[in-house]
Amino acid sequence: MTGDTMPSDAVPSDAMTEVEPPRIAPPRAIGARRARSGETAVLYDAIGPRGRRRVRVATAGCLVLLAGLVVFVAYRLDRYGHLQRARWSYVLSPEILRYLGQGMLNNVKASVIAGGLTLVIGLALALGRLSRTAALRLPAVAWIEFFRGFPLVLLILFPYLLFPVYLHPIEPMWYVVIGLTLYNSAVMAEIYRTGILSLDRGQREAAYAVGLRRGQAMRLVILPQAIRRMVPLLLTQLVILFKDSTLGVAVTYPEALRRGETMGSFEPRVVFQAIIVTAVMFFLAGFILSRLVRLLERVSAKG
Amino acid sequence: MNGVDFLVDSLPVFWQGFRATLLLAFASYAGALILGAILAVLRISPAAPARAAGLAYVEWFRNVPLLVLMFVAILCLPKLGVRVSPFSSALLVLVMYTAAQVCEALRAGINSIARGQAEAGRALGLTFGQNLRHVVLPQAARTVVPPLGSIFIALVKNTAVASLIGVVEITFQFGELARDAPSQIMPLLIAIAVCYLIITIPAGYAVARFERRAAVAR
Repeated sequence: MTGDTMPSDAVPSDAMTEVEPPRIAPPRAIGARRARSGETAVLYDAIGPRGRRRVRVATAGCLVLLAGLVVFVAYRLDRYGHLQRARWSYVLSPEILRYLGQGMLNNVKASVIAGGLTLVIGLALALGRLSRTAALRLPAVAWIEFFRGFPLVLLILFPYLLFPVYLHPIEPMWYVVIGLTLYNSAVMAEIYRTGILSLDRGQREAAYAVGLRRGQAMRLVILPQAIRRMVPLLLTQLVILFKDSTLGVAVTYPEALRRGETMGSFEPRVVFQAIIVTAVMFFLAGFILSRLVRLLERVSAKG
Repeated sequence: MNGVDFLVDSLPVFWQGFRATLLLAFASYAGALILGAILAVLRISPAAPARAAGLAYVEWFRNVPLLVLMFVAILCLPKLGVRVSPFSSALLVLVMYTAAQVCEALRAGINSIARGQAEAGRALGLTFGQNLRHVVLPQAARTVVPPLGSIFIALVKNTAVASLIGVVEITFQFGELARDAPSQIMPLLIAIAVCYLIITIPAGYAVARFERRAAVAR
């Protein structure tokens, strides 16, 4: 369908109120198909009859393969008795779910404390790294580069092994918080820094031109814009931080994964179910959180 | 005993762990690149079930924490009659976990190519495969290499998680040594930092080098 040969009275009624003449529709015949499989479909043309047949065959093939996989897994599960109702209802009973849920709350607790700390320390580190004073810049650079290079497990194990020897033991949660904070403050600092550097230099120059000092320009002009720009990345990093709180297993912190495992060792017949339920809980938490971040990103991009 | 002597004494222990870390990192990276490429093809294929399967895979492996996946492998697979050593289950999980990230990096790379490029290829009569091979992938490689480099660096650090399911790699050895000789914890920490940096710094350098060489004015 092309719009250019259309008589003006054939324009659909909802377009009548437009002041501008109806735009000529670009050849969208392909576009309609394209929209279905997202942006990657630019690689193939609108598919002809033969191509459609091939896609149908491929679709059927995939369905058969997937169905085969499901049947195989189900067979395997059944053969080892993991589909027995009693096993699942034991794990899905309210007491057990509450036990696991409280573990999950422990994950949340450690993550919230560590998340708050990293947001603040990360900002301080980013400002330090961008500072003109070497006494501030060098320690910030050292901190960031050092802690970013370590595996997080090690940063959690380190205070766990160190504290009882040199100071005195503290609650396991704090080892997790320390490890998460050390690592993520370095990551967050780089996110803040990227945001600050990505701002147009005109912003800074304009701020100086109206007579703001360096600190004022940073606080009043640059940071508000830079942070707003980086909110999605900061939130994504917080979701990662939450998932990493499972590493609390290493220091006997009673978070959900550890509880799932403990439950399995109390009742060896439900190890399988306990771990699967725990994994699904983490999946749901991660999935919902990352969807929320994406939603927020889209809303803020519009606003 | 001073720190240096202690480190020299425990060198064999470190070396054993370091070899395992290296093997784990490189083997799972190779596996992840292959599996990730297959997944990326699934995710852009015209067959809807293939796309759905690819999406489900990626969502699962991106949203479940790595350690949870490792527990699933080491505790659940034996219950299905599959015997796996800690090392091979860690390897399997690292491959599958990293493949999801590789897949997304590849897909983002392909999407980053201007539409006009692929359309021009099509206009010249190139088929889907030819278009990918001659037009899209050579350009996508440039955008894809930096993320693939940071995926490798993250993978090296992720191998440390395997110590928690009993894989004897460098972090595991650190834990053992530190428990035996708590007074040597500082030298140990420095030594292990060096071990990881030996792998990650050259990797970062190689990526930066490639980026400079591949940087072409568009």
